[in-house]
Amino acid sequence: MSVHSEPGVEGRLPEGYLLRDRYRILGLLAAGGMSAVYTAQDLRFTNVRRTCAVKAMVNSAESPDARAVALRNFEREASLLASLSHPGIVQIYDCFSEGRRSYVVLELVQGKDLETILTETRGFISEGSVVNWALQVCAVLKYLHSHEPRPIVFRDIKPSNLMLDHHGHIRLIDFGIAKVFHAGEKGTMIGTEGYSPPEQYRGVADPRVDIYALGATIHHLLTRRDPRKEPPFTFDKCPIQEVNPSVSLGLVEIVHRALAYEVDDRYSSAEQMRQALASLPSVANSHATVRLDTPTGDRDGVTPLWRFGSEDEIRSSPAVDNGTVYVGAYDNNLYALDAETGELLWKYPTGGGIGSSPCVYEGVALFGSVDHALYAVEADTGRVRWTCPTQGKIWSSPRAAFGHVFFGSDDRHLYAVNVQGGRVAWKFETDGKVRSSPAVGEETIYVGCEASALYAVDMGGNTRWRFRARRGVTSSPALAREMVYVGGQDRYVYGVDAQSGWLVWRYRTGGPVISSPAVDDQVVFVGSADGHLYALNAETGRLVWRHATGSQVTSSPVVFNHRVYFGSVDGYVYSLDTEAGDLRWRFQTGGPVTSSPTAAHGLIYIGSSDRYVYALPA
Amino acid sequence: MGFLRSLLRGPDPPTATTAPAAGQLRSPDPPRLDVGWATDVGSIRDHNEDSVLVISAVQEGDDQQPPFGLFIVADGMGGHRAGEAASSLAARVSAHHITSRCYLPALLRTESDAYQPSLTEILVDAVLAANDAVYQQVRGGGTTLTCALVLGPQAYIAHVGDSRACLIDEARLEQITHDHTLVERLIENGQLTADEAANHPQQNVLYRAVGQGSQLEVDTHVRRIAPDNHLLLCSDGLWNVLGSAKITQLIQDTPSVQSACQSLVAAANRAGGPDNITVILWRSPSG
Repeated sequence: MSVHSEPGVEGRLPEGYLLRDRYRILGLLAAGGMSAVYTAQDLRFTNVRRTCAVKAMVNSAESPDARAVALRNFEREASLLASLSHPGIVQIYDCFSEGRRSYVVLELVQGKDLETILTETRGFISEGSVVNWALQVCAVLKYLHSHEPRPIVFRDIKPSNLMLDHHGHIRLIDFGIAKVFHAGEKGTMIGTEGYSPPEQYRGVADPRVDIYALGATIHHLLTRRDPRKEPPFTFDKCPIQEVNPSVSLGLVEIVHRALAYEVDDRYSSAEQMRQALASLPSVANSHATVRLDTPTGDRDGVTPLWRFGSEDEIRSSPAVDNGTVYVGAYDNNLYALDAETGELLWKYPTGGGIGSSPCVYEGVALFGSVDHALYAVEADTGRVRWTCPTQGKIWSSPRAAFGHVFFGSDDRHLYAVNVQGGRVAWKFETDGKVRSSPAVGEETIYVGCEASALYAVDMGGNTRWRFRARRGVTSSPALAREMVYVGGQDRYVYGVDAQSGWLVWRYRTGGPVISSPAVDDQVVFVGSADGHLYALNAETGRLVWRHATGSQVTSSPVVFNHRVYFGSVDGYVYSLDTEAGDLRWRFQTGGPVTSSPTAAHGLIYIGSSDRYVYALPA
Repeated sequence: MGFLRSLLRGPDPPTATTAPAAGQLRSPDPPRLDVGWATDVGSIRDHNEDSVLVISAVQEGDDQQPPFGLFIVADGMGGHRAGEAASSLAARVSAHHITSRCYLPALLRTESDAYQPSLTEILVDAVLAANDAVYQQVRGGGTTLTCALVLGPQAYIAHVGDSRACLIDEARLEQITHDHTLVERLIENGQLTADEAANHPQQNVLYRAVGQGSQLEVDTHVRRIAPDNHLLLCSDGLWNVLGSAKITQLIQDTPSVQSACQSLVAAANRAGGPDNITVILWRSPSG
């Protein structure tokens, strides 16, 4: 292919090259004709080394008009892909164009693609493994094919586009987005010869194209016969059982039907094919999956019902209301997800990261952003109703009651804002940034500030009392039985009389207490940066039990059904027995868990710095 | 819904600028501590080794404090008047400690802080101070000590011995404190049944008391007392002879807490009055 005139357009990005002041190129992963995939470090995360994949594509169209069309197509495709959410689809974090190059930043999947596995395997891969993978591909295809308003056809299912991650899950890794830049070029076909069905050569993009390609992929995996090296559509010349007699007749028939020359002779949907695969006897043995080295694959038997990937860390807590999960991410968006499926309902972008947990009140989702504003967005549509600007970043999570929403800002004020109209009823000035989230009692609001004070403010915005800790109070107070419980950066957990502000008891932990207490049945549960979750007697502050994790516990616990749930910076979500603190299960995410769980519908919803929000069975 | 109005409107303007007319109460029911007490030698003994101490403080005005109450019952033991000396000293020393560390400082500021000990720590320290004083000053004496600090509807209790703090709601008596008697411990350990305990010869032997040594473990409790419920502090001269049902009934049947205290003492005496009888009864404010 000819080199276009723009200098350096064909050149590879050197190691250390910085894209957008954010992504530092670490090395080349793979290179094709007009695109290359690099590993890169996302410099936005200063404390952890977060790597991602950057796919760089060159806009090779010759005329400026054609380039503009290609660029528009790229942006449209990228936005479409960014809206997808399925555990089997690699997440897109970012996309941008610079000059003739366009870039997509993707989740870096640790694992091996099936072509590599095939190459590295001696002999045949077991039928159980192949069927297991095929079942997973069918599930992703079902998701894509039922996309509204029109189905998404992947068009390039083949072993090298199916990645097996360290958890044994299949991920679709290449959506062929690069093709938009040379779609009109002569001889360019979307798809791969050998795996693509006849009608694809005529430009047809029916979902059943993917079924054929999956059939071809299964055939390849079972027989080791590479369809790219054979004349097209000649699978019937190579009966599977002749090459690999261990394959069951049932599977042979399924592959045969998927590979039918005529579209109408194939399975009509991915779901139909999935059901056929699921009924095979080999499915019972499909746990005999090819196991990759699992450096961190300790899951302790908990499988998420779903997970949803945002484009950046999730540090705030999800809110669940009316079958919808609302969660804010550092990627600036508030996401509304179907609580049962994790499907994206809508998202609302703010001008900054969201570290504040939303609350839903009278049909409005309320949340703060580091762009200084509090947002009120209609809970069912995601349309903004009003915003309330403040003079500082908002980390504090709003609480709504009595028709008002209460929240703090880095501008040192506690705000009371009318939920209907967004009018500020009053502001209460404290001595420091208010990152703690208020607790709203019958007649009093309790909130901490970074300048070491806990305040009790009446409904008119006047101080009732003030309690001074030795350091900042970032933890959010919990109110129970006329007591206010709060953690301090001075390592103490405090029990304060709600009426008088007098200190009733305090308990010293080994590290700052950023976590907000949860109170249940006379016990206060709270985490500490010393790595423990503490259970303290609510009356006396005496230790009932404590449970050690691998790192700081800044996540705030939630109690549900005699279990206490919380996250740790060690990357795990924990479930402990409230009575004795015995471990029930723990679930590993891909990054520190500072988000706090929310319990609803028998599920635990929690975010992680790995950018996902998880729905875990309680 | 006054708070709602103030929320919508912003801060209230200062009120009560006009003085109430002479002889007319500004409010029909001003905040006050509704507390009564009684102590009696009983029908058998010749002197009263129990001590009682009641402090009740209210403050009205701007930035007011919730009503403050400190109630102490101590039941002394030991020959040669050591019993009453021990109980009286323990009550005075603990009350001094509590008022000087939590009530007097609060009169000067509306802010509490983490550099001050917590209320539970103050209460425990108060009992330990009493323990030191009795151990050093009253040879051969010892005492029970039950202190209840009341702030608004919350009761903070520190306790050693077999005097009791009880919560009485409309129909039921709940013993908040735990008796530190040998018999009680034997029952807990499954070495005695409740029936055997009732006739045990060492009925009144304490395994924990104030003034018996330099070390002492102090129990603490925090309870929210619901409106119109009662907190009762009493020595064993009351609970040994009157059952829970009788005590509850007497309290419910008597309109004022002071007359209820007198009825309780009278009933204990009618039941034989074998020991000194001391009661303090506080009714939490109506909601």
